[in-house]
Amino acid sequence: MNDLPASRGSLERTKRVWAYLFLILPIIFYVLIRFYPTFYAFYLSLTNWDIVSKDKQFIGLENYRNIMQDQVFWKTLSNTGKYVLFGLPVSLLLGFSLAYHIDKAGRGEGFFKAVYFIPYITSMVAVAWVWRWLYQPAPIGVFNKILISIGLPQQQFLFSQSQALFSILATTIWADVGFQMIIFLAGIKGISVQYYEAAEIDGANSRDKLFRITLPLLKPTIVFLIVTGTIRYLRIFTQVLNMTYQGEGGPLNSTKPLVLYIYNSAFRSFDMGYASAMTVLLFLIILLITLIQLRVMKSED
Amino acid sequence: MKTNKTIYTTIRFLVLSLFGALMLFPFVWMLATSFKRGADVFNLSIIPAAPTFANYGRLLSSSNFPWWFMNSLIVGMTVTVSVLIFDSLVGFTLSKYQFRGKKVVFLLILSTMMIPTEMLVIPWYIMSNQLHWVDTYWGVMFPGLMSGFGTFLMRQFFSSVPDDLLDAGRIDGLNEFRIWYKIAMPLVRPALSALAIFSFIGNWNAFMWPLIVSNDVNMYTLPVGLSFFNGEFQSQWEMVMTGASVATIPVFIMFLLFQKQIIQGIALTGVKG
Repeated sequence: MNDLPASRGSLERTKRVWAYLFLILPIIFYVLIRFYPTFYAFYLSLTNWDIVSKDKQFIGLENYRNIMQDQVFWKTLSNTGKYVLFGLPVSLLLGFSLAYHIDKAGRGEGFFKAVYFIPYITSMVAVAWVWRWLYQPAPIGVFNKILISIGLPQQQFLFSQSQALFSILATTIWADVGFQMIIFLAGIKGISVQYYEAAEIDGANSRDKLFRITLPLLKPTIVFLIVTGTIRYLRIFTQVLNMTYQGEGGPLNSTKPLVLYIYNSAFRSFDMGYASAMTVLLFLIILLITLIQLRVMKSED
Repeated sequence: MKTNKTIYTTIRFLVLSLFGALMLFPFVWMLATSFKRGADVFNLSIIPAAPTFANYGRLLSSSNFPWWFMNSLIVGMTVTVSVLIFDSLVGFTLSKYQFRGKKVVFLLILSTMMIPTEMLVIPWYIMSNQLHWVDTYWGVMFPGLMSGFGTFLMRQFFSSVPDDLLDAGRIDGLNEFRIWYKIAMPLVRPALSALAIFSFIGNWNAFMWPLIVSNDVNMYTLPVGLSFFNGEFQSQWEMVMTGASVATIPVFIMFLLFQKQIIQGIALTGVKG
């Protein structure tokens, strides 16, 4: 206290010591629970370990070569692609329309936000089973009962190879749209009123304002939602495991996403090496998407 | 012109309400069915003919739901406390101290957000198997005790805390730990509550890792238990809906209590990315 000026340097040193002290446990955690497992997954992908055997046999890139020949891998990868390509655009478009109209409605904003957002924070296991029930054939399933009552034929939904994936996707979008809406709404609210006022003076109609002001200014929000959304849809798992017969991603693998195939390979067949190799590929896909995002964001600035 | 606008606003309001009702429809049906029995289950009506709590009674007596509920509560709360302590401590350190290696530590922690959980679960499982963490609370919890996302979030918030306040504490003779705890933490309370809520809800709903690391029925968390329970009771949809209701209601209550913080928090973290 008394020797304050002289102790400037020693105060800085004390602060540095505390900083390192604060970081000891976290650094141990991140090294042991994040980085070491990441490298271990890369290593496992080069072995054919089945968790029971004592030795891990190093087999080089054979897992990767086998993956390239694996029809189920390509099937699940293409299913995953379908989830992303069909699901995300619909979810984004709906989320944006909701945000746009809720912003303009003026009344009931808090209420609408709550109603549309609540599915997003509900347990996906619960959601999946509720929807699985809604999709059942009559006299159990509500959707089919409604179809019959308005004179339309019953649909197979989850039991059909052509409809099951889209049925699961509808559930996913229902659960997801509130998140997109909240982020879009925050983005819309962040746009200064002055832009709109100036545009009005120039005689712009609401369509001009939407396409010339709102959407261009929301570009960072849109990029963010596309990237996080792509990653979220790439990782679809829980709903498929809970909505398909015995969690197999059927009928006939028609709904099975990559992550479910990875899960089954690792924890039902105990093909740890093979499953790890697939997680490495998933990691590389996500890395690529993140890098593209960084690139796009940077060119924005 | 004016009436035109009013009509538009009214139509907008009505369409949004109708759409909103459709969004809530699965929940309404879920709850309604959980109070139905027998043939009434096949009835489309939202109001049960003879409302009954019998399904809930049966759920409690014939399954391990109370255990699963408690497990989820323990896991959710412990992980949340850990995340609040460590993410804010690390966020604080990375925002308020100058030391060698700071940038590297920050980038490394940030980069963990890019690693997909799917890649880590296999090594985590092997680790848990060797260290006998399977079927323990620790096994369910350890992967989530700290998070890159929370650290990043807290660092942003601590950077808006003025250094003068911290220096005032130093002059009063507080050590750095107390400066973090007594001065800095209370100033970022909104961020802490947002982080707490996300962390709790995230853990409450987590499915893949708890499914992998628990074999013992008594160690399941609620989503894992619900998944197995539903598989078993598949033909008794009123029981499935009762289970789903039990898993959903706590989140509903939390949402109603903290609606503002949750929505603000999502918007905030989302926009910042």
